[in-house]
Order: sequence, then structure tokens, then C-alpha cells
Amino acid sequence: MHKNPILRISTKILFAPIILFGLYVQFHGDFGPGGGFQAGVIVASAFILYSIVFGLDEGKKLFPSNINLFLLALGGLLYGGVGIASMILGEEFLSYNILGSTPQSGQHVGILLVEFGVGLTVSNVMIALFNAFVGFKSGKDK
Amino acid sequence: MISELVINAFLVTVMLGIGIALLRTRTVIFTVVLTSAYSLIAALMFITLDAVDVAFTEASVGAGISTILFLAAMAYLPKEEEKNLNSQILPAISCMVLGGILIWCSYDLPEIGLLSSPIHQHIVPDYILGTRDDIDIPNIVTAVLASYRGYDTFGETIVVFTAGVAVLALLKNNTKAIKQNNNKSKKKVGKHA
Repeated sequence: MHKNPILRISTKILFAPIILFGLYVQFHGDFGPGGGFQAGVIVASAFILYSIVFGLDEGKKLFPSNINLFLLALGGLLYGGVGIASMILGEEFLSYNILGSTPQSGQHVGILLVEFGVGLTVSNVMIALFNAFVGFKSGKDK
Repeated sequence: MISELVINAFLVTVMLGIGIALLRTRTVIFTVVLTSAYSLIAALMFITLDAVDVAFTEASVGAGISTILFLAAMAYLPKEEEKNLNSQILPAISCMVLGGILIWCSYDLPEIGLLSSPIHQHIVPDYILGTRDDIDIPNIVTAVLASYRGYDTFGETIVVFTAGVAVLALLKNNTKAIKQNNNKSKKKVGKHA
């Protein structure tokens, strides 16, 4: 943990705007550059910044490991679930047309959900990898 | 046109400089930081090609998160690379030959953005019209990524998921094994004593 007040306070100030920017990139992906992959990385970077400045234990208090692993799996399930849902409604796997009242609105719903699934998986994989690397105890130093 | 040439020349020069610096440095942290800088220049290069989505990904993933993960993993590596004592003439010659062939082949590539080039004739017109009529969103990249190529993106997501789970499984098992080893060695020490 850093004692430096500038680092600690600027992290606290930056934390929310980074996540807000991540959400903007996530949900604005239909209209401009962005999407699930980039948004996931940006959201993950906010949590990683917090962990770097305040220490891994504080970071795990903010975002517990079991929730992290749950969301990690949920992202992929959400993506697959959209595909299964379109199959149940009588279309092919990942054909979003059936999901809305018109084919276009169905496509909008499908793309939004699918991108959200990608974002969830990517952000949580990045956080989990960082936690695993930093929390790893190598055999040499006991 | 001339400004584009100047910008591209500048970016390529900086990339070349970073590449040479990467070859010469032996300190691992410099290697990580230089790789990050290289990714950032690559992102700028994608912007000059008007591929903003790719540039965004390169900047956030290549220059951002992978640098952090490399730094996190670096704590378990030696601080300096070992000096390579093997002869480097053969690798250098093969790299030069391969690079020469690639440059020679690049003269056959169609001009960037040329409408009559094959990639713009095959399926791209359908995607552009379909993004407007069938999907009705402005960003064609997102339409292709999430809808037309939804299977591929599903595969990519599963690859990211699998890679994450694999790393977690490897590192978790290792911590357990170390604990068991420590316990065993403690027990042994106890017996001997």
C-alpha cells in the first residue's frame, strides 16, 4: 500500500470516472468505436489501479474473489444464453432477429446483450489474472 | 496526402527506434515498457488507417492491460535477461530474407481504400447495406463483430474465459502444492528431530 497522499486521493477521484468511461464505451459501441473487449479492459483497469495503490487485500475487499469468478463465468453464459434464447424462440443459434418486435430491434437487443457478456468476461478475467499473479506465492520464498 | 506521408514516416521511424532499443536492452522492465510504447505507436498507426476500433483495442489491451499483467508477472522473473552467446548471423539472415520477401510482395497489394480491390467487392457491400437496413446501427464494425460474425466473437469470448480459468487453475494448484510440500518438510524435520 502506498502512503503517498497524492496517489491515494487521485485514485479515489479517478476510480468512478474510469468505470463511467468503461460503461460509456460498452453501451456506446453501437454508435461509435468501442465494445465489450475495450470496455472490459477499461473497467478492469479501474479495479487494478485500486489494487495497486491500496494493496491486494483492500482490492479484494472492494471486489471479492467469489463475485469475480461468478461474473467471469456469467459473461460467457450470457453470450451463449442469447444464442440459446433465439434457438428456443424458433430461429438459429445467435440469430437476434426474433428477440424483438421488429428484426431491427431484435438485433439491437441481441448486440447489446452479447457485448455486455463479452465485457463481463473480459473485465473479470483481467482482474482475476492480476489477482492471481500478484497473490501467487512462488516456491522459492517462504 | 503529403501530411499523411510525413506522419507515417514519423511513426515507422519511432517504431524502428523502439525495435532497435528492444533488441539492445537486457533489463526486463525496460523491455515491458518499450513493448507498451510500441503498442501505442501501433495504435496511432491504426488511426492513420481509419481503423479506430482496432486502434482502441490496441491502445487499451496492448499498451494498457498487458503491460500491467507483464509487470505483475515480472516479479517472479530475474531482473536481467541472460546474454545470448549463440551466433546470430543465421537468424539475422533469415529475418532479412523474410522481410525482403514481404516488402517485395507488398508491391502487389492493392492501394489502401481502393474501391475496386477484391476485399471491397466480395461481401463488404452486403455488410454495409445490411448494417443500415437489417441491423440499423451506425457502427459497421460492431454489426460485423456481434451479429454477422457472432459465432467468431462467441469463440473469442470462450477463448478469453478458458485462458483465464487455465491460469487460475495452474496458479491455485501451485499454491496448494507448496503448502503441502512445506507441511511435509516440516513433518520430516520433526521426525528427524
